[in-house]
Amino acid sequence: MKVNDFVVRFANVNGTGSASANALFTKAVFRMGVPVTPKNIFPSNIQGLPTWYEVRVSEKGHLGRREGVDLMVAVNPQSMRKDYADVVPGGYFVFDSSKPLHPSYKREDIIHIGIPMTELCNANYSDARQRQLFKNIVYIGALVSLFQIDFGAIEELIESQFKGKEKLIEPNIKALKMGETWVKENFDGEFEMRVERRDLLGDKILYGGNSACALGAIYAGATVAAWYPITPSTSVVDAFSKYCAKYRVDPDSGKNNYAIVQAEDELAAIGMVMGASWNGARAFTATSGPGVSLMNEFLGLGYFAEVPTVLIDVQRTGPSTGMPTRTQQSDILLAAYASHGDTKHPLLFPASPKECFEMTALAFDLTEQLQTPVIVMTDLDLGMNDHVTEPLEWDDSREYVRGKVLTSAQLDAIAKGSINGRRTGSPALPGRDGSDETAGEPLQQFRGKFGRYLDIDDDGIPYRTIPGTHLTLGAYTTRGSSRDEYAAYTEDGDAYRRNVDRLARKWDTAKELVPSPIFLNAENAGDGVIFFGTSTYAAIEALELLKEEGIHLDAMRPRAFPFGRAFREFVDSHERIFVIEQNRDSQFRSLMMIELGVDPSKLISVLNYDGMPITADNIIRQVKKAR
Amino acid sequence: MTFIRSTFRHPALPKNDLGYTVDYYEGSLSTLCAGCGHDSINAAIVEACWEMNIEPHKVAKLSGIGCSSKSPAYFLSNSHGFNSVHGRMPSVATGANLANRDLIYFGVSGDGDSASIGMGQFVHVVRRNLNMVYLVMNNGCYGLTKGQDSATADAGSKNKSGHENLFEAIDLAGLAIELGATFVAQSFSGDKQQLVPLLKAAMKHNGFALLNVISPCVTFNNNVGSTKSYDYVREHVELTGTVDFVPISKEILTSYEAGSIQELTMHDGSQIHLHKLQKNWDPTSRSSAISAIHAAREKNEILTGLLFIDENSKDLHSLLDTSDRPLNSLGKDVLCPGTARLAELNAQLR
Repeated sequence: MKVNDFVVRFANVNGTGSASANALFTKAVFRMGVPVTPKNIFPSNIQGLPTWYEVRVSEKGHLGRREGVDLMVAVNPQSMRKDYADVVPGGYFVFDSSKPLHPSYKREDIIHIGIPMTELCNANYSDARQRQLFKNIVYIGALVSLFQIDFGAIEELIESQFKGKEKLIEPNIKALKMGETWVKENFDGEFEMRVERRDLLGDKILYGGNSACALGAIYAGATVAAWYPITPSTSVVDAFSKYCAKYRVDPDSGKNNYAIVQAEDELAAIGMVMGASWNGARAFTATSGPGVSLMNEFLGLGYFAEVPTVLIDVQRTGPSTGMPTRTQQSDILLAAYASHGDTKHPLLFPASPKECFEMTALAFDLTEQLQTPVIVMTDLDLGMNDHVTEPLEWDDSREYVRGKVLTSAQLDAIAKGSINGRRTGSPALPGRDGSDETAGEPLQQFRGKFGRYLDIDDDGIPYRTIPGTHLTLGAYTTRGSSRDEYAAYTEDGDAYRRNVDRLARKWDTAKELVPSPIFLNAENAGDGVIFFGTSTYAAIEALELLKEEGIHLDAMRPRAFPFGRAFREFVDSHERIFVIEQNRDSQFRSLMMIELGVDPSKLISVLNYDGMPITADNIIRQVKKAR
Repeated sequence: MTFIRSTFRHPALPKNDLGYTVDYYEGSLSTLCAGCGHDSINAAIVEACWEMNIEPHKVAKLSGIGCSSKSPAYFLSNSHGFNSVHGRMPSVATGANLANRDLIYFGVSGDGDSASIGMGQFVHVVRRNLNMVYLVMNNGCYGLTKGQDSATADAGSKNKSGHENLFEAIDLAGLAIELGATFVAQSFSGDKQQLVPLLKAAMKHNGFALLNVISPCVTFNNNVGSTKSYDYVREHVELTGTVDFVPISKEILTSYEAGSIQELTMHDGSQIHLHKLQKNWDPTSRSSAISAIHAAREKNEILTGLLFIDENSKDLHSLLDTSDRPLNSLGKDVLCPGTARLAELNAQLR
């Protein structure tokens, strides 16, 4: 008997309403306190093509994908032959028996469970659309019975799902019962899998990364979002829009404390974000690889003109249009060095929806502290699937870190310095974290004249002003062309070099500001392993399984680029390091070689790039092969 | 242009209501060619802003890339400027405007910047009716890269080396009217008398105000055979009428012969007094304006003046129903839902 440890896959036709029915199964398992991971495997299509929904249930809390399907619900004739073959020996094949299976479906190593879904629906519903939709609920009802899922748990879910549309509750429950009753009355075989109630989830939540990014932007005070539709990032702005309607409409005036613009393309989307950020609002855009390609020009401007920008890159399978609805971690190099000339950009690598929330919020602080674009590197798996994740947290005393933005009074104080020609009492400068304590020497260092690109604090980060701040002081022109410390256009080679050297100092500062890596299993012995983002689930599972076989790996999960001191120390203290990533060309490994000069021979790639989330089995195979 | 600028200012220079002399509205020294039309336009902007008592820090100047886009450095040095990337000024202006609805946005672009590389953004900023002045310094050629034809060069127009342009010109003013622009004017850099009131009206317009200004390139496109040369433009300009701009604070003193002027009221109550010279043309009618443009084109005339205005224009902020307070002024108290709401959300996700 497999208790709380199996994989169920639903093979559907997209556009038939299966998604919400299948999600009921996941949510019911979740409500029973058992770790569960759903994956949407969907086509780039609206209606009529095969789509799958795979649910892994894992008592041990392994949240990555696992190979092998223990039970297949096959209701799509187009993909049925392959779906049939995908069931592991000893597994189960659930199908619609309203029509007999073709005689060639004759595996003897699996158990066939035929349920007359169409017949049941045709007999009970007259409306064609209902007949279609409730077939999905009928098989969920059958699974409830087979897996012994709490009927009450699923009933509750249906009730909350149709809150406000109560008319739909009754027919849904009816369909659920039809499936359940049919199994009870007709299935007399052995069924060796079961969901048992546990308390393994504590206060965890089931949430998707794209929604979490959107909520992070809400909490961080983003007021402007500009975007262009692209899978798999579209639902970031959809969610932002939904949360804005909920949290950002002024209760008195009814007016919106936000602006969302669907741009004409990704170039315009990021241009709008830069315009808004330059003008003192917090703004962001979300896109995927093809959009990042288009945004390269503006990312270079943002780097050189030092304009805050938050970009959420929900990575998908490239290159070109690639597989738009499949996952990958293949924009690493594109994002790190986006644009011409010497450019580089801080990247954040969330590994869970909770981190999507936190890192998006953090990105707004970082981009304003550093005055440079910051890219949140999530992916389709994280963004468009629900994940069991820690509950979201926020500290009400947390202030937005706006970085070095001069106020009107501070500009006056700077100017005073020039009149008196001596040190004057002046307000403290805002330091790197926005507090007064870390402020460098006060405003006199400007020596009477505001200079947009002076490195007053020796951290590479200059002071900026927002348009409209002061009647007569602090105006300057932002440009992508070379300029001197006072923002005047120049083609003087020395001034240019001073400026880009300062940007390099700023890059060093960024290393201290971005989140540091997480270390696991640290015994400082044997080989090391590095993984990030959505490879984390499978990597952690692989580490556990390898340990059972006596193979120990020290692990580091980087959470950001640029790499800081702790990252380098980990690399230096291991002879050999496995680098797990989901792309063909070992992009993260390349980044380590470029930035840290790591000897390539000590970095062994563990790769997955078929568009599906990486599995622990896959990692283990590759690690063992290399050892 | 001159490399030496006098710092002497006559002590009796008149001051505007804010107490500033006109030089406070000037920019840094122009690096454009001597005689460039763009410098005349810059001078008109300085004059218009000074006369309008504009507070320079309440203006943001934005541009793309090209000779025209260098211009913002040469006026209003006490305003913030953003010299962005080629053809992308409209998007930067859109974001800036969304962040702070209280500033005046002055976008400066050229014919390459708007009609070629930036056509996509130009078209969409018109559609969104962003509250900005969008000034095209239109010379029919790429000056910074030494004189290639642009997309506004007329078919048959000859460049300096005698090469004839084969392709039809894009008419930005006509296109803007088609796209639903709410303020479209056309002018000539050599006609400051017309340009200054048009600039004033454009700044007061509540929405997208296009000023397509023919601004000859003295270096690369001022030759015989060019339809954007000073001589050609002077000979072919056809005034739609003359324009007076009357700010709301000013008492209307000028008296006009009854029926000789059309009074157009702006969003804030200011007025445009239009002395129409063209018959059968109504600047508040889109179709009438388009017909007038087509008729002029058939006669090889360049129609100047205020071509079209929608007095009831609703800008992007009105369309999006954004807060009256600038978004960039909202703090954490207004923007962050806080922990209590987060606890509710967590509960809903279990």
